[in-house]
Amino acid sequence: MSMSDAPIYLDNNATTACDPAVVRAMLPFFTEQFGNPSSMHSFGNKVGFALKEARAKVQTLLGAEHESEIIFTSCGTESDSTAILSALKAQPERNQIITTVVEHPAILTLCEYLEKEGYAVTRLSVDKRGRLDMDEYKSALSPRTAIVSAMWANNETGTIFPVEQMVEMAHTVGAQFHTDAVQAVGKIAIDLKKTQIDMLSLSGHKLHAPKGVGVLYLKRGTRYRPLLRGGHQERSRRAGTENAASIVGLGVAAELAMQHMAFENTEVKRLRDKLEAGILATVPNCFPTGDVTNRLPNTSNIAFEFIEGEAILLLLNKAGIAASSGSACTSGSLEPSHVMRAMGIPYTAAHGTTRFSLSRYNTEAEIDRVIAAVPAIIAQLRKLSPYWGENGPKEETFAPAYA
Amino acid sequence: MWDYSEKVREHFFNPRNAGVLEGANGVGDVGSIKCGDALRLMLKVDPDNETILDASFQTFGCGSAIASSSALTEIIKGKTLDEALKVSNQEIADWLDGLPPEKMHCSVMGREALQAAIANYRGEEWKDDHEEGALICKCFAIDAVMIEDVVRANGLTTVEQVANYTKAGGGCASCHEGIEEILAKVAKDVCTAPTAETKPTPADVPVTAPKLTSFQRMRKIEETIESIRPMLQRDHGDIEIVEIDGKNIYVNLKGACVGCMMEAATLNGIQTQLVEALGEFVRLLPASMLGRA
Repeated sequence: MSMSDAPIYLDNNATTACDPAVVRAMLPFFTEQFGNPSSMHSFGNKVGFALKEARAKVQTLLGAEHESEIIFTSCGTESDSTAILSALKAQPERNQIITTVVEHPAILTLCEYLEKEGYAVTRLSVDKRGRLDMDEYKSALSPRTAIVSAMWANNETGTIFPVEQMVEMAHTVGAQFHTDAVQAVGKIAIDLKKTQIDMLSLSGHKLHAPKGVGVLYLKRGTRYRPLLRGGHQERSRRAGTENAASIVGLGVAAELAMQHMAFENTEVKRLRDKLEAGILATVPNCFPTGDVTNRLPNTSNIAFEFIEGEAILLLLNKAGIAASSGSACTSGSLEPSHVMRAMGIPYTAAHGTTRFSLSRYNTEAEIDRVIAAVPAIIAQLRKLSPYWGENGPKEETFAPAYA
Repeated sequence: MWDYSEKVREHFFNPRNAGVLEGANGVGDVGSIKCGDALRLMLKVDPDNETILDASFQTFGCGSAIASSSALTEIIKGKTLDEALKVSNQEIADWLDGLPPEKMHCSVMGREALQAAIANYRGEEWKDDHEEGALICKCFAIDAVMIEDVVRANGLTTVEQVANYTKAGGGCASCHEGIEEILAKVAKDVCTAPTAETKPTPADVPVTAPKLTSFQRMRKIEETIESIRPMLQRDHGDIEIVEIDGKNIYVNLKGACVGCMMEAATLNGIQTQLVEALGEFVRLLPASMLGRA
């Protein structure tokens, strides 16, 4: 395979490639460094030191004040569940959860379940660019609010929420504040000691560490109840033998993310902007979604009207380009992306939303190839679409009998 | 990525009969924009013998929707309208060497477009009676609307019954929580048995009932239970008294009441009525508790 047709990976908000340096650092922990860090002998001791080093690196990336504020978990979802369930257990006199309509299923599905259990869930709406209304948020807060959980950045559009301001508002009613920051960590600078944020979730595989490792940041002094009880690992706040190799990998990934933070916000951002401008200039009837002036530097989500996202992805894949879509069909659900619907994007456009998410590994040549490939793919599908005429959207409305 | 057959991929990448059909005399527009599919099927029918001379489609939809549309046009060309109407959605799926369960609705849409196009040619109006819900059972592609309809129509109360009637839940069993939720929802909707919240307010019951003899008390308990039985029988359930031991009244719930999600609420509601009828506190317990309470 020549360079010109090597696959192009633009789905880094779904997951990222492990950095080779991460893999190298992990390998000894599958072989000679197999000890249990809880053991007294030297096999375990060395692993214990390695975990300590990894914890310090994650602490630096998050700007956490204390090393003990970092709790290693198995994934972002576990961190999210732990945070919300802890807040409810620790404050039984409070029964309200405030979150947003555009959260990841890791939050929304848990909240639906807790609603059935009798908790009151308030879901803040967003405007057509995916922004929250701080007045709506303020009026939702009450002395019964146990926890507010709002994502730092949206996985589909990259839109950034004002979490630092939101946590201060939550604290005025004595509520805890959690942020699902799995998309933000490693892409934008975070300095938790300068914020009041109580809890934060991160996921290793979104920043070039392996899958199966995450972190719950827990600010010192925040009332907490563990989800997993058992051994004394993670100071008894998350029992279970440490996933040593992956934690070591996450430590290296955190260090690399810190080193590349400026690059991410200059070069990666430049390539993202080039890609988006290139597509918008050559493809009619498409528009970027989300808050384009306040979003992650790596994410571009474009709605292509009158065609469906899975079909776009299949043709992109044939051209060697990996992206993702908010269409219903890609997930097997019947509804298009809840994020697109929350922003009021019409169904005919929501089904055609396509997310391109870059990483520091993408090159200018790759972006040029994508810009060149996309117009023909969109045109090919529009030729099949009953909503599309010879030269654009059909004048007379195509109004099928809907099921 | 979906596990599409080679034939699905081939018909998606190189769809047959795509585009506007000049001189079409039967057009069917169907779809469900919410689930991301819409299809226009165009037919050119020979009025002399009702044979489909040509067919074409335009589809807004995913890979399998486009492939199903393409397959449909290939299948029906050359058939008479009556022959074409016999084409089932399973036939479309089989022709493509199968579709993933989540995608079977794409073949259903093809069949509906065909019915709509033929109705249009014949000057009839086509009504869609198909409602689609969230996919619950992925093994057998059964959705929530279908399960709920069958549960209601047949008074089903257990996951096993649902599996026997619809196949849903009979495979890998991972959807049982979803099926139980539907059962609980239907039980709540259709159950006419009294619950503590919906108890009737008897205006004629005195606040302090006169003291009853043991015999009168038993008769009163029996009468109260008898008055409730018709309500339970309407839901294919029933109740019988097993033993009266002081404050404890032991009963057997029967038929559909057994294992019903609303069992506890039903007992609670009947107990409330007994308390009111007798003017004293009693406990209504399942007979299985006999000798333990």
